[in-house]
Formats: sequence, structure tokens, C-alpha cells
Amino acid sequence: MRRILFFLPLAIVAFLGGVFLWGLQDGRDPGSIPSALINKPAPAFELSAIDGVGTPGFAQSDLASLEELSLVNVFASWCAPCRAEHPLLTRLAEEEGIPLFGLNYKDKADAAAAWLEELGNPYQRIGHDLSGRVGIEWGVTGVPETFIIAPGGTILYREAGPVVGDGMKRLQKALADLREDYP
Amino acid sequence: MKRLLCLLLFCATPLFAVEPDEILDDSVLEERARAISAQVRCVVCQNEPIDSSNAGVARDLRLLIRERLVAGDSDAQVYEFLVARYGEFVLFKPPFKPSTYALWIAPFAILLFGAGAVFLTLSRQKTAAAAKGLSAEEERRVKDLLSEGDK
Repeated sequence: MRRILFFLPLAIVAFLGGVFLWGLQDGRDPGSIPSALINKPAPAFELSAIDGVGTPGFAQSDLASLEELSLVNVFASWCAPCRAEHPLLTRLAEEEGIPLFGLNYKDKADAAAAWLEELGNPYQRIGHDLSGRVGIEWGVTGVPETFIIAPGGTILYREAGPVVGDGMKRLQKALADLREDYP
Repeated sequence: MKRLLCLLLFCATPLFAVEPDEILDDSVLEERARAISAQVRCVVCQNEPIDSSNAGVARDLRLLIRERLVAGDSDAQVYEFLVARYGEFVLFKPPFKPSTYALWIAPFAILLFGAGAVFLTLSRQKTAAAAKGLSAEEERRVKDLLSEGDK
């Protein structure tokens, strides 16, 4: 019994070391909030098109009727990281041949139209969420955010923050993994 | 002048993020809304409740909470509504359930463990102290040694 007690401090140090090692893990972000909507159907919403943009509006039914994986990207013209991810997102959608939908979050119609005019419009449909209410339904914590949606409209994955660098790698990996389940 | 400054200092009210246009006319509902929003974590500035956060989403959520209350939701329903969208992460007081047992029980378990360790050490010290007196054999030897000196 005595002898076991001698090893107790060592055991405690080893345990704490393990905890610290876990905390230092590469890529672990204690501030990241897991989405509450993973593996749940996309929330009910119906958004009109942005005035002055030819792309049609966006509703839950558009996702429910899909037969392939798709991406939903929450963006705004006032959001600088959105500008950074825009060309990469555009290329990803083209290369992967994956439908890309836009949720234009709390944006003025003319500003959004000018932004899309300048940077190009890769979106099949765009919903104009001026009040941000639909953003809340999606559990959006900040723009940009990108969701992967299953055929039938179930939310499979969320990447919070711009899909550049590590964010893009995570999104691509998630897409590749999901492609196996949804060929 | 100094006195006036002091007076003004005491009159100063704490700064709230809640803007006048958000406040409900019904003071009972407003009171409930304030209590709820003090318990909800802002998803942008994560260590702040939405009640004192100036973030856009926090304001939207405050308005939404008031809207739900006006529509007749109970406090529990409002929390449910938020948790369904943002997860339990937004609750400053997480519910007591299997996945949070460690969170709730660990502090008390560690306290109990520490108290047990202290109790054990103390009681052991007491028995050690009690055994410190000389045994009969030792007493006899002491007597012998002392009497030797007399010779």
C-alpha cells in the first residue's frame, strides 16, 4: 500500500501531462463552437433574391429537392474574409462540380450586387437575409460560414470562418469523406 | 466643483448594451428577458452574456428572446429555441446530464478526495503521537542507566 502511494504523485503528473498535451494539440481551437445542426435537416426558410441581381432566391425546398451534395455559403459584401475566400470557393465549386448556394447575410442589396459584379457570381441561388433572422435559424455565429448539405437537405458539416488555408483543407477533407457516403 | 463631480460619479449608471428601442413596455416580460439574456453566451465574444454584448448577433438574439416572450413562450421554451440553433454552448449554466457529469461532479469529487486525504494524514499523525511514549522495556532500561550513575 505504501509503495503504491509513492507512485501517486508520478501518476498525477503523468495524467496532468496528458491533459496538457491534449490541450496543445495542433489545430485544436477551444473557441470553436460545434454547430448544433449537424445531421439535422436544414431549417425552414424562404428568402427572396437580391434586388438587382439576376440570381433567383433561395429556400429550404431548393435543398430538399437536391439529389447530390451541395454547399451553402453565408457571405456579405462588408465581410473582408468573404472577399478572401471568394475565388477559392468559386474554384472549389467549379472543380468539384458541386452546386453552391449563397446566404447573403445582413447586406444592402446594392452593396451585395456591386460585390458580386466585381468578384463574380458562382452561386446558383442567393437568398437575401437582410434582417439576419435566417442566419440565426442556421446558427450562424459570424460570416463567412460554409455548410455541406446532403441530398435531401440534411446539414452534414459546417466550416466556420473563411475557407482559405487550413479552413479550405478541412472543407476539402470533409467533402472527400462525405463523397464516399454520397457518391 | 469637486463635490459636483463626486455627485455625478455616484449618479453614474452602469453601461448596458441593451438599447432603448429593444426594451419592452411590459416590465415583467422585460425583467424575464434580461434574466434570460444574462444566462446566454454571446457566440461572437464568447465570455460575455448577450445582455452586455454589443455584437450584432447578440442584439438580434436579445430582440428574438423578447419576441418569443411576447408570443407567450416560457423561459424554458426560449432556452430550448436557442439551444436548438446554437447548441448547449450558449448556456452559461449547462444542464446536468451524462455528458456534463464530469463538469458538475468533478469539483466536489476532488474536494471530497482532498478532505479524505487530509483526514487520513491527521488521524495517522495522532496515532503516531500516541505511540511516542516509552514502552515498559524502555522505562526499565532508563531506570537501570540512571541508577548506574548513582554508583
